[in-house]
Amino acid sequence: MAKNPAKEASVLPGFGFLATPWPRSYLNFVGRKLFRLAELVKGLGAFSLITLGVTLSQWNKAVRVIHPLIRAEIYRAGVRLLPIIAFMGFALGFVVIGQTVSLLTRVGASNYAGTVMVMVVVRELGPIATALLVLARVGTATVIELGTVRAMGEVEALEALGIDPIHYLVVPRVIGLAIAIFSLTVYFILITLFSGYLFAFFQDVALLPGQYVGQLARALRWEDFVLLILKTLIFGVTIAVVTCYEGLAKPLRQEEIAEATTRAVVQGVELTVLLDALFILFLLF
Amino acid sequence: MSASPPEPSRHLPLIQFLDVAVMSMENSELTVLEGVNWSISEADFWVVGGMPASGKSDLLATAAGLLRPQRGALHLFGRDTASFHGDELARERLRVGLVFGDGGRPFRYLTVAENLAMPMCYHQDCAPAQVESTVNAMLEYTGLDFLAHQPASRLNRSWRQRVGLARALILHPEVLLLDNPLAGMDPRQASWWMGFLGKLSAGHELYHGRPLTLAVATDDFRPWLAQGRQFALLKQNHWLPLGGPADLDRCAEPLVQELLASPVR
Repeated sequence: MAKNPAKEASVLPGFGFLATPWPRSYLNFVGRKLFRLAELVKGLGAFSLITLGVTLSQWNKAVRVIHPLIRAEIYRAGVRLLPIIAFMGFALGFVVIGQTVSLLTRVGASNYAGTVMVMVVVRELGPIATALLVLARVGTATVIELGTVRAMGEVEALEALGIDPIHYLVVPRVIGLAIAIFSLTVYFILITLFSGYLFAFFQDVALLPGQYVGQLARALRWEDFVLLILKTLIFGVTIAVVTCYEGLAKPLRQEEIAEATTRAVVQGVELTVLLDALFILFLLF
Repeated sequence: MSASPPEPSRHLPLIQFLDVAVMSMENSELTVLEGVNWSISEADFWVVGGMPASGKSDLLATAAGLLRPQRGALHLFGRDTASFHGDELARERLRVGLVFGDGGRPFRYLTVAENLAMPMCYHQDCAPAQVESTVNAMLEYTGLDFLAHQPASRLNRSWRQRVGLARALILHPEVLLLDNPLAGMDPRQASWWMGFLGKLSAGHELYHGRPLTLAVATDDFRPWLAQGRQFALLKQNHWLPLGGPADLDRCAEPLVQELLASPVR
């Protein structure tokens, strides 16, 4: 049989093994993964659209039931997480930011302290660290709660009472989580910037508080505020949609809730990081 | 067996199945019942018997508008459900109360009083304080007043089932569907249920003396012989009308005798 010259030409000498076909089992594995990914994207997309539709169409419906649920979600995902966010902010400020300021001063680049702060804390670290913390602390609880609701048949009970389960169970979580992540990020950034300077102060860095604040103010652009709001709201909505989808969208048995929780956390982390990368691209171009 | 038709109703049908194929709640591609022709009219008291997994819960869920018929037509209050647009089905669904089986499925994160107040507040867009008197009255009617502030998750199965009943009644449905309400209940609880449903069927003060239309699914006909007016059986994926209580004894169908706990002839 004649050899395929195009195939031969495409393989470098010594890399002939690349020309051999992949094992079928490996192809099957990759194929299955791709199909599952496509199914997940389709499911999440549909769930997001349904949630958006219900949020808009039932915006003014049952506000005296839905608004207390939103407030409860803000309390649970925001106010109750303030201590851990404060601790994380202090720790990161001391460990990362303080050292950076100290290093910049040693190499005579203390003028850039504010710029570095804004780039690291305001644009990157603040939103993503807060979102991942909320995902770990509240996202997991959401999947377990909604998974139990689903497994115990309470979704059908809501429908039987003429209550839209998306409106009652998902919409408050989406709005509450988005507001909570935005608010927590603001606190996280303020605490980190403060503790970072505190570390630099203890290291006898010649940077007066007024200079530091001035550098920060000069480094901040209006886009930073817009992006911060956009990023945190989108992270909040994403985490809420992923956790609600895994807990609620498919029929679950009680023994499947743990697996659904793990799945939701992995998907939440992947999607948050992916969105963060997209924001970076948007900022660069 | 030649079953005599159920006692003809003098009223218009509230819920009507026309050659309906009922799907499973677990798997929408699975057909659990074929060719159901069932008409629930005002002041009826239907008792539908069947073995476990015969499709009783799916039949009631379809009657409550929670499941679409796979084939055939389902009419709710004179209108084909296929013709409903937007949230019309959700609105009509409020006219049918469904008490789920196996513990009534109350909302476990809410207290007993909150379980009753929440649907009212949702539909009337009001604060719980505004419906407090209605909720308290319902708690008293159903004997749940002493459990008002208990979380539903802490109650045993019988009391949870009763919360499910109170929650279904709080919206004043015109038809009440009950899925195996007496399963696993002690005689004291069962006696309360029979008495309360009897009053609802005859005309409870909750409904200003107007009889409430009832349909019960069960795996035991015996407790319902005194109160049920129309009986039917689910067997091998089919709907079999049996007639009135007097017809059951004459019925040669072995499954009916089994559900009456009689020796099979």
